[in-house]
Amino acid sequence: MAGGDPGVARNRLATAGARATTQAMLRDQPRGDVIRNAVFAGLLLLAVLIALAGLAALLIQAFLKGSSALSLDLITNPPSTAFPEKAGYRPAIIGSLQLIAGVILFVVPVGIGAALYLEEYADNTRWWNRLIEVNIQNLAAVPSIIYGILGLAFIVRGPLDLGFILAAGSLTLALLVLPMVIIAAREAVRAVPDSIRQGSLALGATKWQTIRTQVLPASIPGIATGVILAVSRALGETAPLLLVGATVFVTFDPTPFGTDGYSAMPVQIFNYALRPQEEFQALAAAGIIVMLVVLLAMNSFAIWLRNRYEQRW
Amino acid sequence: MSPSTTSATEPAGGPPRRLQASSKRYGEKAIQWLLGFCGILSVVTTTAIVISLLGPTIGFFEIVPADEFFFGIDWTPQFEPPSFGVLAIVAGTLNVTLWAMLFAIPIGLGAAIYLSEYASPRVRKTLKPALEVLAGIPTVAIGFFAVSFILPEIIVPLWPGEFLGGATGKPFMALAAGLGIGLMIVPIIASISEDAMSAVPRGLHEGAYALGATRAKVALRVIFPAALSGIVASIVLGISRAVGETMIVVLAAGSTPQFTFNPVESIQAMTSYIATTATGDISTGSVDYKSVFAVGTVLFVMTLVMNVIAIRLVRRYREVYE
Repeated sequence: MAGGDPGVARNRLATAGARATTQAMLRDQPRGDVIRNAVFAGLLLLAVLIALAGLAALLIQAFLKGSSALSLDLITNPPSTAFPEKAGYRPAIIGSLQLIAGVILFVVPVGIGAALYLEEYADNTRWWNRLIEVNIQNLAAVPSIIYGILGLAFIVRGPLDLGFILAAGSLTLALLVLPMVIIAAREAVRAVPDSIRQGSLALGATKWQTIRTQVLPASIPGIATGVILAVSRALGETAPLLLVGATVFVTFDPTPFGTDGYSAMPVQIFNYALRPQEEFQALAAAGIIVMLVVLLAMNSFAIWLRNRYEQRW
Repeated sequence: MSPSTTSATEPAGGPPRRLQASSKRYGEKAIQWLLGFCGILSVVTTTAIVISLLGPTIGFFEIVPADEFFFGIDWTPQFEPPSFGVLAIVAGTLNVTLWAMLFAIPIGLGAAIYLSEYASPRVRKTLKPALEVLAGIPTVAIGFFAVSFILPEIIVPLWPGEFLGGATGKPFMALAAGLGIGLMIVPIIASISEDAMSAVPRGLHEGAYALGATRAKVALRVIFPAALSGIVASIVLGISRAVGETMIVVLAAGSTPQFTFNPVESIQAMTSYIATTATGDISTGSVDYKSVFAVGTVLFVMTLVMNVIAIRLVRRYREVYE
């Protein structure tokens, strides 16, 4: 019976005709356009491939150069100019761990505090609150070497006068990554819907009780992600440490307030990299491998954390 | 009003309860102040940066005339008499930045357009994290890569003979550092531009496709202009990062201050002057020490201007489409 009804047949004919015309038009795009489109797509893909090739070359080159120096000595031995085959990163690794511990101790409370103030308390129509906001955005983009100058003039010498100690380096790095933490923590706090706050306030909780028991727990995964990313930035940062006294040939384990000098992983890599001999180049590359493994692990953990605990309201 | 309505609205349990807090809640106030202090700390940091830069810079200009500093092209602090012409190291910085941007702008924008307009969701899901990995690599590793791979394995073999003095046998050159920085900046340009392109309303895409435009036309004539302020912001931010980058230029560009834009020359950038001069053992009162802060001030002002422009631009496209 299908085709019997003239109305249905006419409809089908009209649909088929319209489809054919449309397809013909789409296929008949000017030849130049079609070719240009293909060339353009090819160029875009080439751009992506060049960026990825750069990344791959960096990783492969570090591995090829550094594999000969990869051994347990790398972690357990202090640096040495006389015996490069036995030299390692021990004081630098310990120094970096202490630097990072200090960064976390400073950045977590202050970063979260600033984020809570800006999101929960600050009245955005007041000029000083807008000033704080703009200021944080600007600080996030100040070159790291400028923080080194700040550390040298303000923390090592000048008002704080801590001297060239590890704690001064730690504080410098903490100030460097603080804006990152504040920005990430603000986003996490902002993602908590207002209905949660209103519900809590309606039940009689005070503002701080609401923040402490509702807002903060809900935003912890986002804050943790931001803190991990900030810490991994601090771990790889070299330039400011050069200015605040991370000296290179520290053969003993550094302490936070020891005045005999301290070292850090990237600073030690930098020093090995400056030496032209093949052995030191291999040591530098091996150090880069160690650091990249640690950083990759931290970043993957941060991304996993973000995906795992991301709350959908 | 009639008496019956009044009695209906009266609460059942005697007199109305006050909505004010039963105590003064000093704790709440203290916490607010404490959190506010954390916020103010960032302003304190900025103020401290400005103060620590300005003090020695003023001291520097008491010794070195401002016109020598701002218009001189010889940077020879170790000579007798020394010369502090900052243009030599500003040129060094710009030399490196130029090559970095020539590499990073096409690659970064290409990647951004590919990710936002061409890539399937699955390809996107693998490519974006790869670019994020690139963004997380410490600059000391990129600097090492620039000086021990990009320079000897890429630039030297590909350089056309004796063009501009030839590339062979040079241990440091601006171009190597530039390409290293370019690689570092690609993810910054790609991710900010891609955000801007994704913020362009769907309707604009669909309208263009309905009119029969090819993908290339949609990307270049519709999405690109609509996202332009974000794209420009990403480029400005990239330039600011390139100007402020230290470790890559220290490792790969050398330490020969000279006023040149030749890519295969060894140069010195502002950041590398600061990093190599202001190491632990420099004496506080010396001209060298103060010159570090003067150069730091120039660097700070340059990057600050670019950052302010970039932040304004980013805010503009957010306001338009959200």
